[in-house]
Amino acid sequence: MIETLINIALFAMLITTALAIVRMDRLFGVVMLSGVFSLLSAMLFVTLDAVDVAFTEAAVGAGISTVLMLGTIALTSRTEKRHNKRRLVPMLVCVVVGAVLIYGTADMPDFGDPNAPANLHVAPYYLTDSIEEIDVPNVVTSILASYRGYDTMGETAVVFTAGIGVLLILSGLSGRRRREDEEEDEEEQA
Amino acid sequence: MTLDYILGHMNYWFFVILMMIGLYIVISYGNLVKKIVGLNIFQAAVFMLYISMGKITGGTAPIFPTDLQGKIQIDPNIVYTNPVPHVLILTAIVVGIATTSLGLALIVRIREQYDSIEEQEILDIDAATAHAENLAHGQAMGGRA
Repeated sequence: MIETLINIALFAMLITTALAIVRMDRLFGVVMLSGVFSLLSAMLFVTLDAVDVAFTEAAVGAGISTVLMLGTIALTSRTEKRHNKRRLVPMLVCVVVGAVLIYGTADMPDFGDPNAPANLHVAPYYLTDSIEEIDVPNVVTSILASYRGYDTMGETAVVFTAGIGVLLILSGLSGRRRREDEEEDEEEQA
Repeated sequence: MTLDYILGHMNYWFFVILMMIGLYIVISYGNLVKKIVGLNIFQAAVFMLYISMGKITGGTAPIFPTDLQGKIQIDPNIVYTNPVPHVLILTAIVVGIATTSLGLALIVRIREQYDSIEEQEILDIDAATAHAENLAHGQAMGGRA
């Protein structure tokens, strides 16, 4: 019962934070609130017994991504321009999609059900046989690094590709800026 | 609609609400940084959905107790939560930060080229450029286009 109450409290905070992000038009506030959102979701992951996910989310979601976004708004702009666009159609789309998704949850197994299909397939095997086969106390580690090691290798390839992409997109930024400044100076002199 | 049904499905509904808030930010706001934040909220909602599907009532984190030598103690009375979704989402979080950083780098580059990170202004500049090019082509073809 107490777990349910904690869940509801955390979800209330998460939804409040998300709505505050919707309302906020200063990007600094938006970025900070997204850090708060990540930290709250890390807390939710702890109550859902996913401690590894929680500390990855706290380090990556609340740490690195906040830093990256702060860097981006420092290089671009700090405020969002308000458009008097009509927001009725997006709202309608969201309500319809949300209703369909909620309809889709109707025949899902109850939250915390030990006999849900997701918990019956390979999970018992990992929980019983990994002691013998891998001998690592943390089951998440043994799956991540051993049983599903190829997935983790693929993940590394994705991160590597993204890193190269970022480097290629941003390389020469300061060089181009300097050249532009020089051109402007020359125009002013002429 | 019993209380058990509501308590058992409430979590899923919260995820749907969070996900739709994220979707709303992505499709109704023009600022590119805000769009990325919306995508992150959307993504986090999916993570929570997956993690909660693996939760078992009365279970604990899937880490075996060890003795002082680090030898694993087998205790059949402990119920462990399903570790498979955790592994999946660990991978997803790291891939998520990779895509986020690529998106943010693109925003920096867009700002450099267009001097704006508002979708509408970028589209206006694109339309103006296309119009000017069309006019130039038409004049090159003899002014009749």
